[in-house]
Amino acid sequence: MDLTREEEDALDGKNGKPISTAYKILLSIGKATNAEKLIPVEWVHLSGVNYNTIGDAGVEFLTKYSEEAEFVVPTTINPMGYDSHKQNNLSSNFQKQQSKIAKAYEKMGSIPSFSCIPYELFQLPKSGHSVSFAESNAAVMANSVFGLRTNKESSLSALASAITGKAPYSDLRMDSTRDPKIRIKIDKELKTELDYGVLGYFSGKSVKESCVSFGPDISNIDMYKTKSLSAALGTSGACGMFSSRDTHDETISFGKEEEKSIIDELNTTDCGDVIALGSPQLGMYELELLSKMIAGKKFSKKCMIFCARSVYEKSCKSGIAKILENAGANIICDACTCLSPLLSREEYDGVITNSVKAAHYLNKSNGVSVCLKDLKSIVMEYAK
Amino acid sequence: MEYSLKGKIIVGGTAKGMILSTTQPINFLSSVDHRTGKITDKNHELCGKFLKDSILIFPYAVGSSVGAYSIFALKSNGASPSGIICTLKTDITTASGCAIANIPLLELCKYQVIPEIENSSEGIIDGVSGYLQIKKV
Repeated sequence: MDLTREEEDALDGKNGKPISTAYKILLSIGKATNAEKLIPVEWVHLSGVNYNTIGDAGVEFLTKYSEEAEFVVPTTINPMGYDSHKQNNLSSNFQKQQSKIAKAYEKMGSIPSFSCIPYELFQLPKSGHSVSFAESNAAVMANSVFGLRTNKESSLSALASAITGKAPYSDLRMDSTRDPKIRIKIDKELKTELDYGVLGYFSGKSVKESCVSFGPDISNIDMYKTKSLSAALGTSGACGMFSSRDTHDETISFGKEEEKSIIDELNTTDCGDVIALGSPQLGMYELELLSKMIAGKKFSKKCMIFCARSVYEKSCKSGIAKILENAGANIICDACTCLSPLLSREEYDGVITNSVKAAHYLNKSNGVSVCLKDLKSIVMEYAK
Repeated sequence: MEYSLKGKIIVGGTAKGMILSTTQPINFLSSVDHRTGKITDKNHELCGKFLKDSILIFPYAVGSSVGAYSIFALKSNGASPSGIICTLKTDITTASGCAIANIPLLELCKYQVIPEIENSSEGIIDGVSGYLQIKKV
């Protein structure tokens, strides 16, 4: 990868250690993705905010790094591990370390979004522009739905872009890669958001390319299904974009058998003691959908709904939050189902969810069994 | 028996260790215990093995973008591989994690025939000339 004179100097440390570290990261990912040069990015979205995911090593790194580093482009950040406005049983160590992470990002100049759905909350750059999104569901959504250009960034590569305002011109920032070379042929009827999540998880496992095509065309599916598909695709694989553009190259079939193999892997119990909704966090569309299904009923099990604080505030104004809370739901802001200590093995034997992404991390990271059901079935079975 | 494979240098440096090889991708966030380096994913063929001091040979990383911090945490906890080889493509998570953790990282060049590499071999990464040396122990 060719660096300009200024970029070489920055790598050599002329603008200080944090900027030099950022260029070291950009150089490694530039080499990895065969980039010829760096280009400007207009927005960065960072992951690596939850103490449960980055641990003490991450806290130490960010605290030190933030002493001198500063973001030069608008930068939003992912959910943390809990809702600091609500009472909880979490250890004081967790809360102390989590707060250090939030402070470090704030010091560098981030927008305190604590959300994995920046595309629903902010006026992002226009279609065709380059951004740098870590958080796999946000990267897939940005590329596939909003026409933005980002690679499937890591927490650290996106951090490097926030510090320098640059990213390698490679992979999904180039037209040639955004043209799918492999197609998943959908050979069964897909109805629910869970069905699309299973399709996404299968596709991520089956495809090593950065962009995958789905056929028949699925571009008219609603926001809930699109988010479910994107999150699952980003969880199981390295793929950062889907497209409905046809391709005459390799085709893989997704039928009943393929669907069953994914469900068998992720659906690890038939019962659960808590319902968890939101991975990705729910937006206004999903909250409204759920409020219509649940109005006048009560959940028979504990129910946690994860959403962004700004979405919760909006839903309070429109009366939707009241309907959900009257049904017994606990609406949790600034956090998400994935790796939240609120859903620990010590407290729960099984979690009921419609999120395939949540199912992956609950099973493999939290060590909690998962009962996978679509939203409509959850309301039918666990609300009266 | 001893042979060498050519690789593209993503993160430089030299490293030595017992080979830990798999054809399955790895999610560093959900499949590895960051304190011990143990692979904990029951669906992974390396389940139960330890990354510590190994030369990890795998196709590429999948899943969470936070995997880069996981690689850094493994190094901080003294449980990381000594060096890493990507066989199919070098993903951004592995590249950025290795860059911060100073773990030598090579991507094997596609033009060469890559034999099945046995786990009982010793590997040496030469991140200056870009070779992986394999010695059967």
